[in-house]
Amino acid sequence: MASSRDDFVIAIRSAFLKKSYQQKFSLLTYIFLSFVIIILGSLNFKAVQYIKIGINEVVYRSSFIASSPENYFKDVRIKIEEHFNFYNQYKKNEIELKKLKEKKLSNDFLVLENNKLRELINETVQSEDVYAKVLVDKDSPYLKSIILNKGSKDNVKIGMAIVDGIYLVGKIIEVNYTNSRALLLSDLNSKIPVLLEPIDIHAVVSGTGKNHGVIEYTKDEYNQKIDGKEMIVYTSGYGGLFKSGLPVGKIFTDNINKENKVNFFSDFRQLDYVKIVSYDIGSGN
Amino acid sequence: MSSLNKYNLTKSLLFYLPVFFLFLSVLNEIDFNYLEVKYFSLNIAHILIFYWTLKNPRYLNYGSIFLAGLVNDVVVGLPVGISSFCYLLICAVTAYLRNITITPKFINDWISLLFTISLINSIQIITLDFIFSIEVNYLRYMINSGFTFIFYPIFLFLFNILEKKITIQKND
Repeated sequence: MASSRDDFVIAIRSAFLKKSYQQKFSLLTYIFLSFVIIILGSLNFKAVQYIKIGINEVVYRSSFIASSPENYFKDVRIKIEEHFNFYNQYKKNEIELKKLKEKKLSNDFLVLENNKLRELINETVQSEDVYAKVLVDKDSPYLKSIILNKGSKDNVKIGMAIVDGIYLVGKIIEVNYTNSRALLLSDLNSKIPVLLEPIDIHAVVSGTGKNHGVIEYTKDEYNQKIDGKEMIVYTSGYGGLFKSGLPVGKIFTDNINKENKVNFFSDFRQLDYVKIVSYDIGSGN
Repeated sequence: MSSLNKYNLTKSLLFYLPVFFLFLSVLNEIDFNYLEVKYFSLNIAHILIFYWTLKNPRYLNYGSIFLAGLVNDVVVGLPVGISSFCYLLICAVTAYLRNITITPKFINDWISLLFTISLINSIQIITLDFIFSIEVNYLRYMINSGFTFIFYPIFLFLFNILEKKITIQKND
């Protein structure tokens, strides 16, 4: 009994403390070092933050180059898929275009009217745009985020909105000198205040880690109000980070569990260039 | 003379191939997500570290594994140090296995891999959830661990071929 315990202790000691061929430090030293880094990181220790920023600058660029073969295969797959759906998509687009042309006429009028009303209450929305290239778009099981090639030297700040065309994609969560990381709406930790139109209900859209979001923190009876209507989700502007009215997605009901989910307008897998926007919402009051 | 230089270069390149694959896998976070197969993902870095450190730690030294962990944290966006810690725990398990095993058996190694990745993923989830308050998808972690375990024999086969080539070059 004692002998087998001794063997175990010897094996453990040898595994952790022995420096084998070409090893500068023992395994225990490295484990201890990682543990210290984790603890200091959790305490927001400045030195660890600087190390991280330093590594970010090098690693993001390298990751962009290392990802190019995989990205090539991804693009080829998407192109083939698009090619096969070409005719069906054309027919759908034709019908949609006709509908949109009709809607545009009434929308133009509403925009003009909205601008006049904003002038009346002296409210202004100013925005600063920075165009950025997506360096890395890792569909990791752990975090849904993208890395952009613009950082603090381009006046990018934490909390700025990321838009793809007119659609909201996410927000900046980490800024380095030449690059930044944006958390996508689909990430589990993403929560955006929104407005459900046309029923005019405030809610929060949370990411699920998958390619859709869910509606949270709202009245239960909104389900009855939907009643087969086409529901569009816009940003509500609460919290002051985003301006109100940025399109987020469309609500669809999952037939399996009868749950309402948000299908995001933007396809996060195909982001090449995005706009980093900061809004300055001023009021005359 | 030139053929000798060429031979030495090939030898060095083969020897550093596991390190190259490890850094490639963490920089690229190769997980075959682009295949769009629902839930399919596997962690090649875990397989690489398990296999090569179990075979012989000189192919992948602990310093480069530690550095690869830091790179992985930066690429994936995890708090710095977590991946290094987890990768080094794999090394600890493999070092222990090497010490207690006289004749390696595939099935023992395979089951040990399942135990190891379950252990390190549990540690990672606990650290992210309780210390850093980052919400994680438990199901995806489980699926990732499952596929990593299932696909190990395929990588084992490929790495065995590579290992033989490295050993032959070394013995020549």
